[in-house]
Amino acid sequence: MPNQRQIIMVLYLSNSALDSEVRGWTVYDGTGQTYPTTGDSDEPPYKTGLDALLDGWRVIQFPQLIPPYKDMEYTTSYFKFEYVFEKIVEISA
Amino acid sequence: MKNATVDNELLLTTNQMASFAARGFLRFDRLVPLALNQKVLAAFRAGPVARPAAGAPLSTCYPPDSPLRELMHLPAIQGIVQSLVGPDPLFDHHAIHIRQPQEGKAQGLHGDSIIDTRLHFDVQLMYFPHDTPWEMGGTLLLPGSQFRRINESDIARYQNFVGQIPMVCDAGTVLALHHGLWHCGRRNQTNRTRYMFKIRLNPRVRQRRLWNTEDLDTQMAADPVTSVHARDAQQETLYSILARREAWYEYPVGRLEMVNRIKFWRFLTGNMQFDLGYWLTRLENEPENLVLA
Repeated sequence: MPNQRQIIMVLYLSNSALDSEVRGWTVYDGTGQTYPTTGDSDEPPYKTGLDALLDGWRVIQFPQLIPPYKDMEYTTSYFKFEYVFEKIVEISA
Repeated sequence: MKNATVDNELLLTTNQMASFAARGFLRFDRLVPLALNQKVLAAFRAGPVARPAAGAPLSTCYPPDSPLRELMHLPAIQGIVQSLVGPDPLFDHHAIHIRQPQEGKAQGLHGDSIIDTRLHFDVQLMYFPHDTPWEMGGTLLLPGSQFRRINESDIARYQNFVGQIPMVCDAGTVLALHHGLWHCGRRNQTNRTRYMFKIRLNPRVRQRRLWNTEDLDTQMAADPVTSVHARDAQQETLYSILARREAWYEYPVGRLEMVNRIKFWRFLTGNMQFDLGYWLTRLENEPENLVLA
């Protein structure tokens, strides 16, 4: 696939349902056409994870649901509902 | 207990303290006079500023003619510091953060130092000595993130969140941050160098009721768990401030953030019955532990 590149989009959703609302987002552009970085946008790219599917993105990772560890039931930490999407795009040779 | 060396009027209010507990930061626009901003900037541009030794009382850290000493002795700054970490806290470190013109990449999101599980907290002041428009890439804050247990730049893959706060401010603006708050320097897309001064301070006293607590007991008595009147009140109170969720909170995890806030407010006030919306009172109801008559 010499003329194809991957764009990765990570959406952090409100709960484990793919059609729940987007709370956070990250994009890495394998074409080199854009360079998204921290704090560069205040508007999410999609309202929900499902909206990204409807726009042609493919989900390549669903977050697992892992029971809370003992004595950490009330601890908050990383984002649990992290969905990874990809889009393959053609680039000019 | 409070042992402030400034007047009560300079200390934080209960509502400001509730906002700090909920969101992990307080913002004070144009707090530092313009003349002092100019003096500080001149010192930064002149070259490296000596960093005092960690662990020394703040009052011993900067020489008498230093603009940083003048900054830290402003009555308004003293009021903020004493409300959060008490009088004459320990100096931890300072840093002059510089973002170069047209710097293409932002800093990754992070929490300072390392994972920190204390209820006691350090305060970090961030001081913006010149105007910082959006394009200049002021510090990005994620409000309400201070209780999430992460280790420094573990979180660097997170680029943006609903409700994040890019600092856009006039010269002289100061932030007071809980040490755990997630933040980063955004990219500077201007042709000017950006400066921000950060100083971290450690408490030397038990951090209980250090602010202006004149209205605290009255506010606490209006318990919205049991008082319909308090629950329906529209005005800003410590309860409404503490119960307000951030837009980026995941729905179920946002409830756990309420538990974090309740525990923190209990720590700050010494009132171990404090609750928001019955979250902890329900869990603490264990009738099997009662001594049977």
